[in-house]
Amino acid sequence: MAEVRAGREVREPETEFAERSRLVEGVRAYGLIVAMWLRSTMAYRASFVMTALGNFLVTGFDFVTIMLMFGHVDALGGFTLPEIALLYGASATAFGLSDLVLGSMDRLGRRVRDGTLDTLLVRPVPVLAQVAADRFALRRLGRITQGLLVLGYALLTLDIAWTPLKVVMLPLMVLSGAAIFGAVFVAGAAFQFYAQDASEVQSAFTYGGTTLLQYPPSIFAQDLVRGVTFVVPLAFVSWLPALYVLGRDYPVDLPRWVAFLPPVVAAVCWVLAGLAWRAGLRAYRSTGS
Amino acid sequence: MGSRRQMPAHYARALWRNEGGDVRLYAVVAAGGFRRHATYRVATFAGVFTNTVFGFILAYTYIALWDERPHLGGYDMSQALTYVWLGQALLMTCAMMGGGFEDELMERIRTGDIAVDLYRPADLQLWWLAGDLGRAAFHLLGRGIVPMVLGALAFDLALPGSPWTWLAFLVSVALGVVVSFGVRFLVALSAFWLLDGAGAMQIAWLAGLFFSGMLLPLPLFPGVLGEVARALPWSSLLQVPADVFLGRYAGWDLLRAYAFQGGWAVALLLAGRMLQSVATRRVVVQGG
Repeated sequence: MAEVRAGREVREPETEFAERSRLVEGVRAYGLIVAMWLRSTMAYRASFVMTALGNFLVTGFDFVTIMLMFGHVDALGGFTLPEIALLYGASATAFGLSDLVLGSMDRLGRRVRDGTLDTLLVRPVPVLAQVAADRFALRRLGRITQGLLVLGYALLTLDIAWTPLKVVMLPLMVLSGAAIFGAVFVAGAAFQFYAQDASEVQSAFTYGGTTLLQYPPSIFAQDLVRGVTFVVPLAFVSWLPALYVLGRDYPVDLPRWVAFLPPVVAAVCWVLAGLAWRAGLRAYRSTGS
Repeated sequence: MGSRRQMPAHYARALWRNEGGDVRLYAVVAAGGFRRHATYRVATFAGVFTNTVFGFILAYTYIALWDERPHLGGYDMSQALTYVWLGQALLMTCAMMGGGFEDELMERIRTGDIAVDLYRPADLQLWWLAGDLGRAAFHLLGRGIVPMVLGALAFDLALPGSPWTWLAFLVSVALGVVVSFGVRFLVALSAFWLLDGAGAMQIAWLAGLFFSGMLLPLPLFPGVLGEVARALPWSSLLQVPADVFLGRYAGWDLLRAYAFQGGWAVALLLAGRMLQSVATRRVVVQGG
């Protein structure tokens, strides 16, 4: 990294990047790379429409499964279909957002293996922004769309005694949830610096996490619920805030105000993920191929 | 270049001739498929971890469902849980979400490398089938056993007592792999016309996930949808092997289940063969 940073200082005129913070610079670079991939995607419009539709359908299967289950039962773990739809919609939308923005990060292991990560290191742009924007896939709007549809269905059919706090909770939950999942994506990518072939471990937490959150916590073993509350805090994505909106109890005994912690949890997760990313990037050794 | 002249016209005859003489060749290809996938140990470990996590999540959802409705679809609780873990164990083996040879074959068609394959003194379809069988054998051992054992340790599963049931299950899985191959081979060949087969692949992938019984056992699908799902080839990938494992077929019923899988396998392989002959005769191979 040291050489790379030095290289940039030599090549780039001081005026261009010097006064910008590294964050702004990263976001700007991310936007530029994303715009490039968007142009490239739109060159094959038919293919884009088909894959976006496919993404919509395949992620929608999760809800189709739940509907098939409700063809046989009236409640699952004491929750009705609209209540589960709220949990599902919140989790799927939050995950869809972070998948759209950062989902390409699970390709990092491949780049480490085939040596193309080196190309990213010599460019005068933060590596995280480059890896995150790599092959930006707009088709992932499919998942967000179906998540929002299910969320809309839940809000239309649920009979909730709305308070201002509950109204605020909805956007808060989706955005913080997306941030928490985003931190998981970054931490997972950092792990791939060490275990290049292990991108599937990340899937267990990202795709597995969103599958878990689509069901009510009451059906899972206590230890599992504690694990996703205190160890990998996915419960803050949708379970805790959504149960507050529904006025239902959480299986693990926690005070009510905990439902408002998702932004704090997201911030802590990002700090930890950032540290993990730095450590991973420092430990990176090129395969040399 | 046109590949019209290089290919023999009578594929069926070539197939039988090859099968007699070159069994050893295809055995070597199959062994290569096995070894190739066995190389990626970390990836295998990671995959086992993910299968196990999903197995746990799905197991709890099934427990909630069967708590409400015991004997749903004719399965008791432990049979339902067994079904979950069989699904995780066979997900890669029967390539329900793709991940076999088809990406590679499609890429070879797109780049024109397929011309080299067509020159080889081996049959294209049998070559890839052998490789895919080797892959499936590795995935059954490498990705199937550990999640199944972990599932059996954590939950009360209905494991067959008789070794014959295990054997019958393995036969059914093998037939399921061939059916899965048959579908994916057809999809891969579509690249001769479409060049970018990603869309076709995605449709096949969606159908495989939905109709194999991976989401929910097919007896739980309502009315006509259930009947259609059970008649389609994809039920051979998970539903039929799982029912064999759970001892739902005995005697003639078992043979009927095999006949269903075998029938689809033969039909799909023949369709693949016909499509292959049309493709190699009519389509001009892409030049690089």
